[in-house]
Amino acid sequence: MQFMLILNETADDFARRNDPAQAGDYWGGWTAFIGAMAQAGIIVKGDGLQGPHAATTLRIRDGRRMVEDGPFADTKEQLGGYFVIDVGDLDAALDWAAKAPSAVTASVEVRPVLPPMPAPGQ
Amino acid sequence: MTGQPQLQDARRAAEQAARASYGRVLSVLAAREHDISAAEDALSEALLAALRVWPETGVPSNPEGWLVTTARNRRKNDARAQIVRRAAEPDLIRQFDISNDDGPVGDDRLGLMFVCAHPAIDPAARAPLVLQTVLGIDAATIARAFLVEPAAMSQRLVRAKARIRDAGLRFAVPAPDEMPGRLGAVLDAIYAAFGQGWDSLDTPDAPEALTGEAIWLARLVAEQMPEEPEPKGLLALMLYCSARHRARRDPDGRFVPLDRQDAGLWDRTQIFEAEGLLTTAARAGRFGRYQCEAAIQSVHIQRPITGHLNLDALRALYDLLVSQSDSIGARIGRAVVLAELGQVDQALHELVALPAERVKRHPPWWVAHSRVASLAGQTSVAAASLSVAISLTEDTAVRTFLLERRQSLKSG
Repeated sequence: MQFMLILNETADDFARRNDPAQAGDYWGGWTAFIGAMAQAGIIVKGDGLQGPHAATTLRIRDGRRMVEDGPFADTKEQLGGYFVIDVGDLDAALDWAAKAPSAVTASVEVRPVLPPMPAPGQ
Repeated sequence: MTGQPQLQDARRAAEQAARASYGRVLSVLAAREHDISAAEDALSEALLAALRVWPETGVPSNPEGWLVTTARNRRKNDARAQIVRRAAEPDLIRQFDISNDDGPVGDDRLGLMFVCAHPAIDPAARAPLVLQTVLGIDAATIARAFLVEPAAMSQRLVRAKARIRDAGLRFAVPAPDEMPGRLGAVLDAIYAAFGQGWDSLDTPDAPEALTGEAIWLARLVAEQMPEEPEPKGLLALMLYCSARHRARRDPDGRFVPLDRQDAGLWDRTQIFEAEGLLTTAARAGRFGRYQCEAAIQSVHIQRPITGHLNLDALRALYDLLVSQSDSIGARIGRAVVLAELGQVDQALHELVALPAERVKRHPPWWVAHSRVASLAGQTSVAAASLSVAISLTEDTAVRTFLLERRQSLKSG
């Protein structure tokens, strides 16, 4: 079963990425986490994302395109990256989520991936 | 005329199989596909098929195996060819009857309970879900016991089952390192079912009591996890309470508080079993909330034997309970024991320190406050607190008892 680990981070977490005093620890934590998942052979796909400062949000209202700088909602935690993993069940996915560095500082949302859509006409 | 008794037998056998094996058969079906609703549908179709086929073929030697095979076969058919299903049904069922039903049916009821009381399930849905899946109790009965509208309860159950299926929850007994928290949730769900039944046991028009079902479930967990002490603690706790059931009302239906109950009316068999369970549980050397609460009940049970209530033991147990699993109930219990031991100021202080929002509509807090105030010589405060408790109490017998107590406060 495939699950997406939606890795949320705080503003502090994003700041640590580029802080010379903390960047080593920050990236080391993620490298270890991703390495462990890779070693277990469960990664389907995944990426880290640039911080919310680089986000752009688009909405179409009354046929007009509205573009805003920033993420879709101003919350304390923002999406920092995602991984789709293939494991037996939610409990196994939660065990992996618990190993993510951001589980301690922010949160990890775990969602099952929808099975592929049937081809049209079937 | 031979068909009629046979039909009766078959119907009775089907009904017996349904009652005795419902949870076991459902747990086996659901564990395979991780889908409780689909398993329930398949099982009820298999039960209907049993009513049709068994009068013809006789009751199979292994009714549970027959039900599992038939239900699985129905699921396969559903997926494979819906059109031919109806026409081929009787043949298919007979065919499976002779070929596939002789193996013993497994038992995944424990796994089913753990998935129903999973941390990813709404706590309010856990006890109802366990009752419905393991015991086959219908949603309307559960709704009455939990004082919830039937439609709302059905919706809660449907949503929880969809979540179990869609979110991919694990149908299994958790690993030892996760066990303490996970087992606690299962036991809490069972105790919630017991509590729902308990409050209404003596009310004539009360919803059907679930206390017997809760004891049955705790027995199942205790038997299947013999190395764990807390299921025995919970079973002992419920047996102690259940043993005193008949003594809680006098012949006129009036409420009798624990310290004035006729111990001759207590059920000795249940008390002996509870004492034995508690002793066995203690050997594991892992104390927990339910063993602690059962031990508190055990102290109360000793009173008629020793002639006095061992308040020091109660004090020590309530201290442990607060450290094991802090709750409003534990704090209230401890405060009353402190007051009975003469530490009235400390008791009042602890009661008042509890969050007002949580206790202001909680009758036990007001009764406790009244008792402690009365021990402190504050009679008018004690009477006022009792009045609040009375206004919050719906049970007529308990209400009458509190009214009488207020009267004696005023005259004393």
